[in-house]
Amino acid sequence: MNDTTSSRATRVLGIAALVSLAFSLSFGLIFSPPEVFQADSVRLMYIHLPSVAVAYSCFAVTLLGSIIYLRNGSTFWDLLAGAAGEIGVLFTAFLLISGSLWGKPTWGVYWQWDPRLTSTAVMFIMYIGYLVVRRLELPPDVRSRRAAVLGIVSFVNVIIVHYSVQWWRGLHQGQTIGIDTQLDGLMLFSLFLGLVSFLVVGSWLLVHRFRIAWLEHQLSAQGMERAIAERRAEGGFGLSGSGA
Amino acid sequence: MLHDALLMAGKDLRIERGSRVVLGQILPFGALVLILFGLAISPDLTVLGTDRRSVLAQVSPGLFWMAVLFSALQALNRSFAVEAADGNLDGLKMAGLDPAGIFLGKAGTVTAQLLVLEILLGAGAFLIYGAPLDSVILLVVTVLFATTSITSAGTLYAALGSGLRVRDTLVPLLVLPVLAPVLLAATLATDAAVFGPAGDGWSWALLLAVFALLYVGIGMLAFGPIMEET
Amino acid sequence: MHWEFVIAGYVIVFGLLAAYAFFLVSRGRRLSKQVPTDRRRFLD
Repeated sequence: MNDTTSSRATRVLGIAALVSLAFSLSFGLIFSPPEVFQADSVRLMYIHLPSVAVAYSCFAVTLLGSIIYLRNGSTFWDLLAGAAGEIGVLFTAFLLISGSLWGKPTWGVYWQWDPRLTSTAVMFIMYIGYLVVRRLELPPDVRSRRAAVLGIVSFVNVIIVHYSVQWWRGLHQGQTIGIDTQLDGLMLFSLFLGLVSFLVVGSWLLVHRFRIAWLEHQLSAQGMERAIAERRAEGGFGLSGSGA
Repeated sequence: MLHDALLMAGKDLRIERGSRVVLGQILPFGALVLILFGLAISPDLTVLGTDRRSVLAQVSPGLFWMAVLFSALQALNRSFAVEAADGNLDGLKMAGLDPAGIFLGKAGTVTAQLLVLEILLGAGAFLIYGAPLDSVILLVVTVLFATTSITSAGTLYAALGSGLRVRDTLVPLLVLPVLAPVLLAATLATDAAVFGPAGDGWSWALLLAVFALLYVGIGMLAFGPIMEET
Repeated sequence: MHWEFVIAGYVIVFGLLAAYAFFLVSRGRRLSKQVPTDRRRFLD
C-alpha cells in the first residue's frame, strides 16, 4: 500500500484518460474540419457535449447514492453521492463556459435566454447548494441525511426547471435557438472521442474524489474514537482492552 | 397528522400574535422592496406600442412576485428561528408529533401569513405601479397555488438549514433556484390576469397547481428523514 | 474563424481540469499519510 489515493485501477484509468484526451484534442482541434455554418467554433462542441454527459451522469450517481443512503445508511453510497456531486458541478461549470464561448460567435452574445442555458445555470447553483450542505457543521449522520434529501429533490427540480423554462421560451419565441449543423464522419468521430475521453477522465476524478472522502471519513471517525478513549481515561474507569 | 398540523399552526400563529414580526416587520419590508423597484426602474419609461404603458406597470407582475419571494424568505426564516432557539424541533419530535403534520402546520402558517401579505402588497403594487386588472379569478387562483408552492418548497429547505448558524445565508441559496420555475409561472399567469387575455394564463396557473401539489407531497415525505435525530 | 473563442474555451476547461486533478491527487497524498493502513479500505 502506498501513501496516495492511487491504485493499479486508477493508474490504468489515468493512462487511458491521458491517451484518450490526447486523441480527442488532436482530432477536435487539428484533424477535424471546420463546420459549414459554425466554422471553427463547432470545435467547442467537442468539449461542450461531453461535459453535459459527464455532468448529468454525475448528478444521476448523486441521486442513486442519496436514495440508497436513505434506505440503508450506507457510508459508501453517501460518500459516493457527495463525490459525484462535486465532479458534476465542475463539469457543469465546463459546459456553461464552453456554451457561452460558443454562443458569442454563433448568436453574437455570450448569454442568450435559451432554455437549456437558463436551466443549466439554475441547476449549477442548485448543486452548489448541495455541496454547501455537505460541508455543514453538523453531526455526520444528520448532515448526510439532509444532503441525501437534497440530492434527491434537486434532481427532481432539475427536471422541473428544465421543462418549465423550455415551455416559457417555447411560447414566447419559437423553440430553442437552433443552428443548422452538418456533422460529417470526422466531426462525429471527434465528438465520440470527446465523449469517451471525458467519461474516462470523469471516472478517474470520481474514484480519487471518493477515496479522499473515504479518508476524511476515517479521520473523523478516528478522532471520535480517540476523544471517547480520552474521556474514558479521564474518568478513570480502568477499562481493560475489552470495552471498545 | 392533521391534528398535529393544526397544533403546530396554532402555536406559530399565537407566537405571531404576540410578536407581530410578520405584520410589523416583514410586510413593511415587502412594501419597501416594491418602492425600491420603482426607484431602480424609472417610472417615466414607457413601453412603445398601442397602449403606451409605463415600463414599471408592464413589469409589475414580476416585481410583485420578487417582492413576495424576498418577504417569503424572511417569513420562513422567522418560522424556523422560532424553533431553533432551544432545539424545539427535537422536543416536537419527542412529543410524538408526526413529521408530515409538523411540515403541514409550519407550511400552512407561513402560507396564511404570506397570503395576508400578498393581499396588502398586491393592493400596493396595483396602486403605486398603476397596473390594470383583467381577470380576478385567474389572479386569485394564481396567488393561491403560487403561495402554496413557495411556502411548501420553502419550508422543506428551511428545515434543511434549521439549527445552523449559517441558516440565514444558506436557505435563500437553496430555495431560490428551486422557486425559479414558480416565479416564472406566477409572473406569466399574473401578467395574463392583469393585462389579459386571461386565457393565456390558465395553463401557467395549472402548472402552479402541479407545483403546489408536488412540493406539498415532497415536503411531507422528506420531513421524516430530515427530522430524524436532528 | 472564431479560433479565439475555441482556444479560450479549451484553455479554460483543460486548465481547470488539470488544476482540479492536481488538487485531488495532492490532497489524497496528504490525507492518506494520516490514516493508518488498516483503515484505508477502498484504496485499492
